[in-house]
Amino acid sequence: MEDEVEAKFLGGSPSVQQGAEQEHASGLSVALKLLSAGPVVILIVLLVILTLSVPNFFTPRNISNILAQIAVIAVVALGQHLVILTRGIDLSVGANLALATVLGALMFRVTDNAFIVMGTMLLAGAAVGAVNGLVYVYGRLPHPFIITLATLSIARGLALELSIGHTTMRGMPATITAIGGGTSYGVPNSFFVVLAVAALVFVIARYVVWGRWIYAVGGQPDAARRMGIPVNQVLVSTYMMSGLCCGVGAIVLSGRAEAGSPLYGNLLELDTIAAVIIGGASFLGGRGNLGHALVGAVMIGVIRNALNLLNVNLYFQLIAIGVIIVLAVESDVLRNHLESRMRVKQAGALG
Amino acid sequence: MSKPVLEVRGAHKRFGAVHALKGVGFVACRGEVLALLGDNGAGKSTLIKCVSGVHGLDEGDILIEGEKVAIRTPAAARGAGIETVYQDLALFDNLTPAENFYCGRELSFPRWLPRGLRLLASRKMNSEAAAVIDRLKVKLPRFDAQVALMSGGQRQAIAVARAAVFARKVVILDEPTAALGLRESRKVLNLIAQLRDEGNAVILITHNMEHVVELADRAVVLRQGHKVGEIEKPNRSNQQDLVAMIVGAE
Repeated sequence: MEDEVEAKFLGGSPSVQQGAEQEHASGLSVALKLLSAGPVVILIVLLVILTLSVPNFFTPRNISNILAQIAVIAVVALGQHLVILTRGIDLSVGANLALATVLGALMFRVTDNAFIVMGTMLLAGAAVGAVNGLVYVYGRLPHPFIITLATLSIARGLALELSIGHTTMRGMPATITAIGGGTSYGVPNSFFVVLAVAALVFVIARYVVWGRWIYAVGGQPDAARRMGIPVNQVLVSTYMMSGLCCGVGAIVLSGRAEAGSPLYGNLLELDTIAAVIIGGASFLGGRGNLGHALVGAVMIGVIRNALNLLNVNLYFQLIAIGVIIVLAVESDVLRNHLESRMRVKQAGALG
Repeated sequence: MSKPVLEVRGAHKRFGAVHALKGVGFVACRGEVLALLGDNGAGKSTLIKCVSGVHGLDEGDILIEGEKVAIRTPAAARGAGIETVYQDLALFDNLTPAENFYCGRELSFPRWLPRGLRLLASRKMNSEAAAVIDRLKVKLPRFDAQVALMSGGQRQAIAVARAAVFARKVVILDEPTAALGLRESRKVLNLIAQLRDEGNAVILITHNMEHVVELADRAVVLRQGHKVGEIEKPNRSNQQDLVAMIVGAE
């Protein structure tokens, strides 16, 4: 069907000069495709190299380890990805997650009902997200950087205050520990949580009107307003969704550790933003899909795991992640440059 | 002149101390192209933004088919049957032509859900958009590619075609050929003629007198917020009069 449509709109037999221009344009198109497939290709190459060179890397146990380790980053990165699609950023994710685990642990002292404890964590995450969105939109802030930086501080402070000096608040309902730390058929249950959240985000982005609006707001906010899209509501709900993902991340992490802690989620904002950008989504908004966030999260998990197996120290891991972010952003810049050239070529080829 | 589909009466608009529109009025009829002319700062864009709901009028009335309508938002203007092709096109570079056509007005289901939570009727939107592209004879490199990959002329054509999808009464085009080369301008002019032939009232803002002579059935001239003249059937013989009105050298 797509080929038919394409053939229909290409139409006509090009002259020799037009043929050369079209050839050049298709060369650019191949380069663009390579660039967008880049993160997946790099991940596959990385997996092959690590399998061949690092002992104990490609073993069922280690793969299961990696899946469990990346679960929190992946879930929170899926929410971060939606925010970045709207040209925004959510710096509060780590602190939001920590606050949610603390509130979950406090609720566990009141009741051992797993659903109430999970509901508390989800609600706490969504509430912080709502504050981010509402203050950003209705406070007419120039950029979400400011408010999410503020909630980073507020949520972390609140988590420390509520935990009354305890760095670890032990105890979580059995259902939560099973979700965060259990396995089914050798696969960590947290991995299934990632799949469920990914499926939800996939459906929203691909099939739901709200998802289309998120892309439109990220693509051209002014045009979105003129086209009648409720931009403010889209932004607030997107930050709430990111907060909700932090709540899910809190369930997974507190389940795995069987505890809540105000110190959880340290530098999670860096990891999740890195995952989205490394995966190939555009930092300029409007471009990217959940695959990018997931590939980025897996890449970070794999690199960390391999460096651990190779006994490389933690400081070097931070440097490596930073360098990869710079490379990923540069590839985004290169992609935009190639697209402008492609536009010029298209104009020449089609007249 | 047939019965007016759009009429603006005594339009005033102020921005602080600046009185941008001073009692402007005009009519637009189905099946005709009305050229809105004037130098920079004459009030053309302000007038058009008021009609398309970007700004509200301070005084004056907008009538659609003889009925007064309150147009305070772009959505209200579109609800009243007024489509606008903005100078910056208001396209979404990251979406395909079909997605652009329906952005903000997505065909979706089920109807009992709030609009944002409904599912997209993508197949229907794609086939209807393809039919419009076909009807307007717009040539695109790929129908499923992002608009970012398309040339200035193709983007302009997509913006005009988007207006054509929903145009029921009035289509306003703000400088549609300003950024285009000769060949691409020609294609856009053909599209404008087609919109007129399909029974829309077309309002064309342009600085290009050749295009006015070629397409316009009437021309309204604004200067410093006033309507200073109107000429039926602009042609080569009265082109000088139009220019004189625009620059204030009558």
